[in-house]
Amino acid sequence: MTPQAITIRGLTKAFGRNAVLRGVDLDLPVGQVTVLMGANGAGKSTLVKVLCGVHAADAGEVRLDGQPFVPAGPAAALRSGVVTVHQNINDGVVPDLDVASNLLLDALAEGGGLFLNRRRMREDAQRIAAAVGMEIDVTRPVAGLSLADRQLVSIARAMAHRPRLLILDEPTSSLSLAEAQRLFALIDRLRAEGVAILYISHRMSDIRRLADRIVSMRDGQVSGLFEGPALDYSGAVRAMLGHEITEVDIAIPPPGPAMLEARGLRLKPEARPLDLVLHRNEVVAITGLVGSGKSALAAALFGLEAPVAGEVRLDGQPYRPANPGQAVAAGVFLAAKDRLTNAVIPGFDIQQNLTLPFTARHSGPLSLIRRAAERAAAERAIAAMGVVCQGPRDGILTLSGGNQQKVVVGRWMAEASRLLILDEPFQGVDIQARRDIGRRIRDSAETRATFVLCAEIDEALEVADRILVMSEHTVVGDHRNENIDLALLMAQVSGTAEQTKEPA
Amino acid sequence: MKSLSATELAIRYGFLVLMAGLIIVFSVLKPAFLSPQSGVFILQSVAITGILALGVTATLVVDGFDLSIGAVATSAMMLSAYVMVIWEMGALSAVLLCLAMGAVVGLVNGLLIVKMRVPDLLATLGMMFLLVGLQRIPTQGNSISTGMVLADGRTAEGSFAPEFLMLGRHRIDFILPDLVPLSVVVLVVIAVLTWVFLELTRHGRVMYAIGSNAQAAGLAGINVARYRVLAYVISGVMASIGGILLSARLGRGDVASGNNLLLDSVAAALIGFAVLGAAKPNAFGTAIGALFVGILLQGLTMLNAPYYTQDFIKGAVLVVALVFTFALSGRVGRVRR
Repeated sequence: MTPQAITIRGLTKAFGRNAVLRGVDLDLPVGQVTVLMGANGAGKSTLVKVLCGVHAADAGEVRLDGQPFVPAGPAAALRSGVVTVHQNINDGVVPDLDVASNLLLDALAEGGGLFLNRRRMREDAQRIAAAVGMEIDVTRPVAGLSLADRQLVSIARAMAHRPRLLILDEPTSSLSLAEAQRLFALIDRLRAEGVAILYISHRMSDIRRLADRIVSMRDGQVSGLFEGPALDYSGAVRAMLGHEITEVDIAIPPPGPAMLEARGLRLKPEARPLDLVLHRNEVVAITGLVGSGKSALAAALFGLEAPVAGEVRLDGQPYRPANPGQAVAAGVFLAAKDRLTNAVIPGFDIQQNLTLPFTARHSGPLSLIRRAAERAAAERAIAAMGVVCQGPRDGILTLSGGNQQKVVVGRWMAEASRLLILDEPFQGVDIQARRDIGRRIRDSAETRATFVLCAEIDEALEVADRILVMSEHTVVGDHRNENIDLALLMAQVSGTAEQTKEPA
Repeated sequence: MKSLSATELAIRYGFLVLMAGLIIVFSVLKPAFLSPQSGVFILQSVAITGILALGVTATLVVDGFDLSIGAVATSAMMLSAYVMVIWEMGALSAVLLCLAMGAVVGLVNGLLIVKMRVPDLLATLGMMFLLVGLQRIPTQGNSISTGMVLADGRTAEGSFAPEFLMLGRHRIDFILPDLVPLSVVVLVVIAVLTWVFLELTRHGRVMYAIGSNAQAAGLAGINVARYRVLAYVISGVMASIGGILLSARLGRGDVASGNNLLLDSVAAALIGFAVLGAAKPNAFGTAIGALFVGILLQGLTMLNAPYYTQDFIKGAVLVVALVFTFALSGRVGRVRR
């Protein structure tokens, strides 16, 4: 049996009342790459932060090479041999210093003599760089390096600690293909040297290239472990996304005339072009993993980023918004994901948050806001969305997450639209709010076309007439939400299906 | 009404109580402090800083900052003097050119920040240095007044137009004859307009949204860049109005005056955060903040406190006001960029 570098038993961690890790059991064997998959909020990052000493676990046990492992902080974890390379590459390097100083940063931070010995530093740095096969002038400033080289520097710096466990958090997310290949070669070498590697990624191509085992996480627990010579990739995706069919009761109405038509739309230079037609009175969910291009499609349609190529027609007219203002004027609304960053105005009350995009509709001469009209609109929206609050003048941050979400989604339903795009409208809300929002989306869908972007398949099944699957920035599946072939859908999500396209 | 805890009461009314206390203390020590003339003097002394502070408030609302206001004001003062004394043009031309200059400086500030992505403090600091130098180039660093000798040996024949001087010196009969200076009327009008603009119009609403979460405001279809630039243009124009009043009061383009404008007006705007527990920039608070600074300085002057203790006390009051705003209220009203 392969010895385990790390054994985790019954690990729990809560932030306030929010239980993020709910009893995680996980082994990480030496000399193997364990891929960790999980949707947003599944608890991956919290698990990593417990392992690398940023957070302390509430309960449970972690053993490193059989010894109890309770790091007092990131520095202690590093000394014990648990090394983390973060997703944001620039978190791992100090751009203003040269490569040598970066490679020796931990030694510098630990102290030692008062003065630096330049020549010895350079020699040490060269030795560390050589250990990961990095051919680079160590006197160059890191600011002049490519992202891939910076990442290599942070990995090399990590390797100087003779790690037992190397954690890589979405390391290829900003690398080119060739750069990623170089990283994979390095990972192969480390694996051969007996390092346990925990590799967090959503990229199926990376996973297929590297994984010895796949662990899926869902709702703070390990929901699937896949090992052996033939890994079950779609099984892993299914375990991560879940699909305990909730009582889906979707009556698919007859679709109206075409509202949005896209022809040959290319979201990225290397992506295959996609075609799609969206009808009035149709709710279409788009599902796919993180980075599959869902949000890029929304960004293109809302004027945030121009597509590389292709033609879009809205209600028969050519449609090419240069900015969100033009999109809104054309009747295309986007309720963005990550509400606290992209939607909530924390200084505003509920009413002001609700009416933000349409202040012009509630103002009269000299742009003076008509208070009564605004309040009435806010009260209508509060009632329609079922926001639980004292009144429209409560601060937005006094609401629970689900009610905040109702406000920022309701903001875009208060006015008639041609195309409403909802990016992860069920993110971070409880089941009741999810039902309320879903019902509201369907009830109001008649006069417009509706896109709902969601990674979780359950949510797509609950809300949509039709489900599109995206992968690698293009559409790879199209299912009417009726007796769906879930196995095929999962396969398309994980990119393991033949390219199929069924008529809607 | 919800009942308020002691802390909430302190946050909400603490500053107004402090101001009332200040008035009482000064009145007891110097009964003359309560006379109408003294009140008007306070208003006159805060008119210029108050107008500048209202301009800064507009930039603070969009989560920006304008350090160039003092320099814009003194540049407007020098420009108006140059226009009338050396070019021998009228009051209207002087006023219009100053306002245009303020708007252009604000536009450049805004474009530096929005298009060139220079951080707001640095862009406006650079503009401040630029203007401090630029305003002295045409006269080789000399003050401008009628009869001065120019570089080419001629004598400046022009003079300040009487209508222009009225802006700074004329007093309107109000209850008592010759009581209220015109500059105070300008301040009150601008304060009311700024308040209406920020609180009651949709543009003000949108600017607050940008200041609170610019990313979300942009995703709501708002042209964030345009409103940011607008805020700096407002600030520049307000500062040039302040400069016009300063010039009209002094009756000359004085290179040595206006040194305190920046600090006093920034202090007024920041003290405004604490008024009524707003914890955000607001026109009413800024006006009260300016008044507070004026009362403090007038009282100290009447008590014959030396000028350096005044600076010290001003700074102390600002620190206390900032503690009121940020520590006691502890509200997370703004998302940092």
